Order: sequence, then C-alpha cells, then structure tokens
Amino acid sequence: MAAALEVRALSVGYGPVRALRDVSVEVPEGAVVAVLGGNGAGKSTLLRAVSRTLPFQRGHVTAGSISFEGRPLDGLSAAGVVAAGVVQVPEGRQVFARMTVADNLRAGTLGVRGRRESAAALARVHELFPVLADRAQQKAGLLSGGEQQMLAMGRALMARPRLLLLDEPSLGLAPLMAARIAETIKEINAAGTPVMLVEQNAAIALRLASRAYVLDVGEVALEGPADELAASDEVRRRYLGVVDEDAAQDAVQAQSAAPTLRRWSA
Amino acid sequence: MTTFTELLLGGLSIGSVYALIALGFVVIFKATEVVNFAHASLLLAGGYITAVLHDDLGFWPALAVGIAGAAVVGSAVDFLVMRRYRGSDHSVLAIVTIGVDILLTTELTRLIGTDVMALGDPWGDRVVNLGEITIAQTRIAAFVAAALLITAFLLAFRYTSWGVAMRAAAENPQTAALMGVRLGRVSMSAWAVAGALAAVAALFLTVFPTPGLERATSLAALKAFPAAILGGLDSTTGALAGGLIVGVTESFATGYQSELTFLGGGIGDLAPYLVMLLVLLARPAGLFGTKELARV
Repeated sequence: MAAALEVRALSVGYGPVRALRDVSVEVPEGAVVAVLGGNGAGKSTLLRAVSRTLPFQRGHVTAGSISFEGRPLDGLSAAGVVAAGVVQVPEGRQVFARMTVADNLRAGTLGVRGRRESAAALARVHELFPVLADRAQQKAGLLSGGEQQMLAMGRALMARPRLLLLDEPSLGLAPLMAARIAETIKEINAAGTPVMLVEQNAAIALRLASRAYVLDVGEVALEGPADELAASDEVRRRYLGVVDEDAAQDAVQAQSAAPTLRRWSA
Repeated sequence: MTTFTELLLGGLSIGSVYALIALGFVVIFKATEVVNFAHASLLLAGGYITAVLHDDLGFWPALAVGIAGAAVVGSAVDFLVMRRYRGSDHSVLAIVTIGVDILLTTELTRLIGTDVMALGDPWGDRVVNLGEITIAQTRIAAFVAAALLITAFLLAFRYTSWGVAMRAAAENPQTAALMGVRLGRVSMSAWAVAGALAAVAALFLTVFPTPGLERATSLAALKAFPAAILGGLDSTTGALAGGLIVGVTESFATGYQSELTFLGGGIGDLAPYLVMLLVLLARPAGLFGTKELARV
C-alpha cells in the first residue's frame, strides 16, 4: 500500500532539549495509524512537526524529512500544510470559544479555496454531527466537552483533509462520549480519509488503528500491527492495565527476555 | 440649553473621530496583541500625504491617496519591522512601536516644519443652523463619515472571511494557524486597516474649527489612547464607546471651562485622562474589555 504520510528519521528539539530522536512513522493510504505513549513521550511534538506549528513552541526540526503524498512538507508554512491537505485537530479541542459554532466551522475553510466545496463539506459535517447544526448560532464556549470535540473535528473536516491528524480526541471525555468519538473516527476513515491518531487511551486507539507506534522518551520503542501490539504483554501491562496473574507473570518473563521500556515518570 | 446641545453634538462628532482612531488601535491589538504606540504617526502620515497632494490632485483623489498611503505605511511597519520581532514578548513589541513612532514623527514634523497645512476639504467654515443650534458642516461630515466607516468595518468583521480569520487569530493564533490562517497576512491587514482609519481621522482632526495639519496634530491623536483603554483594549464596541465618552467629556470640559476655573485652565485636555482613570478604578479591564481570567 502506498504511504500518504511518511516521516523519516525525524529529530526535533526545543532549544537544547531533544524531544524526538530519529523517529520514522508511516501512514498508509486509507489507514488509521495510532501513536501511543505517556506524557512527554513526544506525541504532540510529532504532530506539531507535521503541521509545521513547532515555532509557536520555539521548536525546530534538526534532522529528517516529512512528506505527504510524495511531496515534502518541510519548508511549508502551517497554512501551506493545510492547503496541501493535512489538517490537525489540536489537543484540548481549542474551539474558538467567543465565536459561534457556525463561525468556528467557517474558520475551518479559511485555509482552502472553493465555496461550493465548502458548502458540501458543511453538509457532511452536519450529517456526522447533527448537534452542530442545532447549535449553529450558539457560542462555542457554551458547548459541552464532547460537543466541543465534535466541533473541533468538524472544523478540521471543513478543510476537506486528505489526512486527518487527531491529538488526544478522547482526553477529558466521559467514556460514552469517547466511544462515540471513536465511532466517528471510524466513519471518517471509512469515507477514505487516512487518520493519524495520537492517544494516551491505548484501548481505544488500538481498537481503531490498523498499525501502531509506541513512543518512549522521544524514540519509537515499539511498532507493528495494532492487533499484535494489543496482544503483546508489554503493551497490555503498561497501557491497557491488564493485571491478571498470568499476564503479570508473562510480563516478568518478557522483561527478562527482551529489552524493555523504562517506566513512565508520569 | 443651546450651548449644552451644541457642545453635546460637537463632542459626539469629535468623539466619533476618536473612535475611528481607537478602532484601528484595537484592531492591531486584537490581531497581534501589540499595543501600537506608533498610531499617532500613522495618522500624521495620512494627513500629510493628503495635505501635500490636494493642490495638484483635488481634494477627493488626494484623500484617497492619503488613506492608501497611510495603509501602506502601516503594513510596511508590520512587514519591515514588527515581523522581525514576532514571537518576542509583547512588551518588547510595544517598545519597538515607540521607536517606530519616534522615527516617523521626527521625519514628519521635519517635513511639516512650522507650517499649518490645509487639507483642502470642501466644507470650509460653513455652518448649519438647526433652530437655535449652530453646528459646523465639518462636524456633521465627521460624524457621518465615522459612522459609515465604523459600520462597514463592523459588518466586515462579523460576516466576511477576513473578519472570521481576524477573530480566530485574535482568540487563538496557534489554532488559527492550524486552520490555515496566514497570521502574517492577518497582522498586515490589521495594520493597513488601522492606517486607513487613522488617515480619515487625520482629515477630521484638522478641518474647521482646527486651523489645519500641524506638528501638534499627533498630540490630538493621542486622545484616542484613553478612548481605547477605557473602552477595553480588545473590544471594538469599547473603542466606539470610549471614543464618544472622551469626545463628549472633552467638549463639555472645554465648553464650560469658565465655570470650572477652580480646576485651573486647560481642563479640556486633561478630562479624557481623568475619565480613563476613574473608569479603570472601577473596571480594570475597561468598559467592554475581556477580563483576564487565569486559573492558578
């Protein structure tokens, strides 16, 4: 399968601090790829590098390359990346709280051309999230957390992305709402948009993804098909909270047999 | 009562001009979070261009060139100077604008010298009599022009893509960038709009009953600062309210000066700042400003 997004040997620093070292990630056409890891593992940094918003945090790419559909994204502005078809839903939703829901969705079209296509995108977003049509004239700040996540995703879809980057979409949501968001991600992907999903909630991420990467202190520690990772003791113990005796025993054996990850500090 | 009405109308008129200036000030602050101390020099630049050209081009074309010129000066300041410092602390940027202001004002006052330049406006010193009330045509023109421009601006801010980009960038620049908003263009357009509004304001600050454009005109423009601040630096509504309040206050304080002699002379110039202080004592964020809310 051809790759939509190809990140090769990427290193990123914030001043003297190394945040990513030699990270290679690939998102195949039409796939959902999950990136897992604890706090400070470098997940958000990876997304910022792709969407070219590192300068806001005074970060910079020190080595490696990022290309989308065969074209390099290095050297583009953040707006250029959006125009190229890669759109990110930021962590913590970041809806424009003082603007109406309708204006928030309109803000999603600012990076792309085509009025008629935007109208079609709006119809599609309203179909995915009917609540956004009902609340069109409300201020976005008055929506619930789950509705804000829907709005953030809808806003990104307004740009008609050919690759959607999601940063912790289940963060701070009730389990039922998180499950709904997961369903929607599946639906968006089924319509043909590849998705790169960054998550701390490994259970949700591994269920959605076909392939997953585990970042640990800025490096890729594990990678492979999502079902294999979900079945691996290492991941089960660290991310899925499996505590049954067998698994624990397996894990101890695995630990002595294979090189392992350091424990999360957080 | 006639005096009162005349002073009120005059105050509203000059206040609407202050509102134009304050609006530009607020637009730059919203788009870039920079307090623009160079605003008065933008105004002086627009007025100067109009004053120099009106003999050759006629008034209206000269005004158009003056407006465009001030817009160009504004965007050039953003492009050539402010862009280099993007990402620096906002207070650093504010101080940079003081430097820009000193440069521009020095050059413009050198050009103007001791002249009092006419802008060649068509209204002259004609007045309109409404019953017992006498009001200068220029004051009516100022109010009408300011009202039209402010309405047009607010509509654009509310309904156009430019307005949505502007508001998105003001609320959260990083997320706006993720949506494909080009922040450089947003801030440049903010400076251009501010410059254009300031050039119109320059016209109405220098027409009758003021003698014309002179070095001190930029001092008159400074009264827009208390207007913007007392309205709330990040509120367009606040800029309008602040402008009108300052204008009316100044008009009354000057008009009733003889009854206010216990306050000393020149209270009219001081009154806007007094009002600003009183408002800020009660509402530190200004009348319509967003309160700084931070969870610790």
